[in-house]
Parts: sequence; C-alpha cells; structure tokens
Amino acid sequence: MLYFIIFIVIILLIGMFFVSIYNSLIGLRNRVKNAWSQIDVQLKRRHDLIPNLIETVKGYMTHERQIMENITKYRSQAMDANTVGEKAAAEGLLSGALGQLRVQVENYPDLKANQNFLALQEELTSTENKISFARQAYNDQVLFYNNKIQMFPSNIIAGMFSFKVEEFFEIENKNEKEVPKVSFN
Amino acid sequence: MWELIQANRRKSIFILFGMGLLLLLIGYVFGSFYNPDSGGFIGLFIAVILWAVLSTISYFAGSKIILGISGAKEVTKEIHPQLFNVVEEMRIAANLPNQPKIYIISDSAPNAFATGIKPEKSAIAVTAGLLGQLNRDELQGVVAHEMSHILNRDVLLMTFAGMMLGAITLMADIFTRSLWYGGGSSRYKSKSSNKGGGQGQIIILVLAIALAILGPIMAQLLYFAISRKREYLADASAVRLTRYPEGLASALEKISSSHLDLKTANKVTAPMYIINPLKKKGMQMANLTSTHPPITERIRILRAINQGVDYSNYQAAFNQVKGTRSPLIPLSGLSEKLNLSVRTPDSSISENEELLNTKREVGDLMMKLNEYKFINCTCGLKLKIPPQFNSDKITCPKCGRIHTINL
Repeated sequence: MLYFIIFIVIILLIGMFFVSIYNSLIGLRNRVKNAWSQIDVQLKRRHDLIPNLIETVKGYMTHERQIMENITKYRSQAMDANTVGEKAAAEGLLSGALGQLRVQVENYPDLKANQNFLALQEELTSTENKISFARQAYNDQVLFYNNKIQMFPSNIIAGMFSFKVEEFFEIENKNEKEVPKVSFN
Repeated sequence: MWELIQANRRKSIFILFGMGLLLLLIGYVFGSFYNPDSGGFIGLFIAVILWAVLSTISYFAGSKIILGISGAKEVTKEIHPQLFNVVEEMRIAANLPNQPKIYIISDSAPNAFATGIKPEKSAIAVTAGLLGQLNRDELQGVVAHEMSHILNRDVLLMTFAGMMLGAITLMADIFTRSLWYGGGSSRYKSKSSNKGGGQGQIIILVLAIALAILGPIMAQLLYFAISRKREYLADASAVRLTRYPEGLASALEKISSSHLDLKTANKVTAPMYIINPLKKKGMQMANLTSTHPPITERIRILRAINQGVDYSNYQAAFNQVKGTRSPLIPLSGLSEKLNLSVRTPDSSISENEELLNTKREVGDLMMKLNEYKFINCTCGLKLKIPPQFNSDKITCPKCGRIHTINL
C-alpha cells in the first residue's frame, strides 16, 4: 500500500513537471508571435507615413523625382507582398530608398527648416528604429524559445507536441547594409 | 533577459529575507526588553505589522506619492513627440506589452527616474532640462536605463527593501527615545520582581542598545548596496537594449556636468533617479553610504565596451575598470552569448546648432507644461500665450496681424 502511494506521488510529480514545461513552452511561443506582430505593426506604420512624406517633400525637391518614384513603387510592392521573403526584400529596398532621400534632404535648406517636415522626419526615424528594435526583440525571443526546444529535458515535451524551431529574422537584402549612393548631376 | 529577471527575483527574495530577519530580531529583542516573559512575541508582532502597513501603502500608492512629490506632470504626445517615440522604441526593444506612462518634471536640472511596481503600471519621468540638453541617442540611453529598471523589477525590490529599512529605523528610533525619556521604567519594575533574571536582563539590555544603534546602519548599508548594484545592472541592460553604449555614456557625462540641483528631490527619492540629484553631498566618492556608483566609473565602464553589447561584454568592461573579478551579473545572464554588435548613431544634427536652441527649448517646454498656447505668426515670431489670457483674438506685436486662439 505504501509503495503504491509513493508510486502515485512520483507519477503526479513527474506529471506536474511536464505540465509546467509544456506551459512555459507555450508562453515562449506566444512571446515569439507577439514580437513578430510588433515588427508587422511598425512596417504598416511606415507605409502609412510615406504618402504624407512624399506630399511634403514634393514641393521642395524638384530634382529627385526618381527617388520619390522608387519610394512609392517599393511601398506598394511591400504592401502587396505575400510571402515573408518577398516582404523582406521589398522592405529592404524601401529602407534603401528612404535612406537616399534622407541624404538628398541636406541639399535643401528650406525643407530642413520646415516644421511639418521635421515632425515627419522624427516619426520616420523613430519608425525605422522601432522596426530594428522589434527585430532585435524578436530575435532575442526566438533564441530563448529555440534553446528551450533543443535543451534537455524540455526537448522531450517539445518533440511530443511538435514545437518547431523558429527562424531568426536576418537582413537578407544588401541595400539595407550599404551606404546609399549619392550622385551629383 | 528572461532568465536574468528570474535570477534577479531569486536574489531579491534572498536579500529581503535577510533584512526581514534583522527586523524580526529587533522586534523580538526590544519586546523582551520591556517584558521578558511574553514581550518578545509582542515585539515581533508589532515589527511585522509595521512593515506590512508601510509596504501596503507604498505598494498601492507609492508611485503616485513619488510622482506627486517630484512635481511630475503626465504629458501627451504633442508636447514632446521625440520623448514618446524613444520610450516606445525602448518598450519594443524590451518586448514589454504596455507602454509606461510618461511624465515631465518642469525643472531645468537634467535627471530622470522610473517608478511602478509592475511593468503594466509603470511610469517614466524626465525633467525638462534633460530633454533640452540631450540629443536623440543620449535620450534613448537614459530611457533605456529607466526601462531596464522597469524590466528588471527594480522598483518592486527597492520599495520592499526601503520599507524594511523604514520599519527598522522607526523601531530603533522609538526604542532609543523611550529609553531616553524614562519609558524604560517598566524594566526596573520587572527587574526588582524577578531576582533570577538579573543577568539575562543585562544581556538583553546590551543587545537591545547594540541593535538600536547598529540595526538601522546595517539595514541602510544593505539597502545602498542593492541600490548601487541595480544601477550597474540597469546600465548593462540599457546597453543591451540600445546596442549603443556611447549614447548612455555621453548622457551621463552631460547630466553630471550640470551643477543644478533638482529642487523636488529629497533623501528618500534620491536613489530612484538615474544619477544622485543631491550633488552637494560629495557624490564623487565611492563609499558604502552612496546610493549610486560614481558617475565617472559608470562612464568609464560604458566606454570600455568595444566589441559587443552582451551582458558578458559589460561584465568584462566592469572588471577591467574596477580591477576586480566580482560577479555583477548572474551567471544565467552571462551564459547567453549572442555576439551582438554595436549600432551606429541616429543623430545627424550638429552639436553646436543644437546647443544654441537648448535654452529656448527648455523654456518652451516648461511653458507648454503650464498650459501656455503657441501660435507661429507668418512674420516669423512665435507668440506664447499664457493660460490666463481671456480674449480669443491676439495681435502680433511685430507685424500687427490678428490671430484667433482656438480653445
């Protein structure tokens, strides 16, 4: 009888241990999802800011038509993108074009003094920062989640309930890393 | 970072436990001093009740009280969009679900603090002077430091530890006062009626006096030790969040070079600020009774980080500057090697141009806080209208145009 009770208690303890691991895995997976949605929110925010930016800048920057056309084009590409890969590529191009615009602004003192433009620039800088911080937070979360999935003993539970390793969000597009080219003509 | 929080929590509970034992010991000894038979447990009981009452008050009303004392006002995004953006950036980097409330203190001394028992109900307060003097990257560093306090649950720990310190100090104070003003007369009565306990009485008397003197000092040293360690940890986390140690380093440099004292800060709220707001009290020395580590040392550590922004990089820089091997960050935080690299700064505006506008900006910000209205006249003049102004039309004193004020 005593052995039976001890047996039951051990079974219960093991069960509780497994449940707690399962719950922490679920918690971590949700945090990964939440971090991903943060990136999405900020990307949308950037798309919303662009028409305003173009409208403000248009009157001043008469010579940079090409950059503005590119920005508009990449924005609509990014908004239409279906797969993560397509999206990342278009967003990368968009970042590059916005960077080029920022460099050109230096040549227009009137524009730099425009209050409306300054406010927009702050919003845009912040949104770019938020995108990179969201990506950073996402990668941190993915690291914890993946560690948990691959380490003993939680890897047993992860295997049983098919928790899958998540991928890191890497910058694949070269444009985002390159310094934008400036042409004087 | 998640595991680091849990390691911190374990450590916090351990330190609180130590302070709690000290409190109980003091309660017991003081109690038995007044009544050797059953007083010990009454004293114990009183000590616990005292701490519980103080903690409950500070748990539920602590941040309101502190924000009230410091004269901080909650602001909307229109007043300072950059501050709001920077706070949101750090909130995203820390992966916290809720945005902390944002307060501005209308004081020209640069400083900042964070409050809130839970991350969901937290607040960050900065002074108008801070906003005027720092550029975007520096502001980001300061906000990241405050966000780290929220993320690491430092406010909760400091609140409970602070109230423990408060209870110990209060009890020691009551005891010495009652001894001084003859409250100890019951002691002589019990001593005369109880012949055998004479020697025990003397031991208890000596113990009680020793605890009355040493107890508060010990508790205070423990409290300050935690406070200093938390500042380093918040610096390390800030570097981790921003990926840019130079931002915080030059912010600390600017804040410490200011000679203004924050008018609304006092001894109780001082440990909460990013640097000690009471400068006259010789903050250069790193001694046992300072609430903050010396600024120059914090800056040197931040500048010594040259490879990556992991916790292990901060620890390496810390060891290098301090010349010790004392563990600052729990092992679980060091084991996560990420090879994170340092970021490039955002701020493109030249420093000189910015400094020219500084004084005007601080003034404008303080006016905005006090509900002044601003109208930009087409002639280039900025009209600043005080809230007491009654008419709904105003004439520009320079060019004579008439503006309507929309209320």
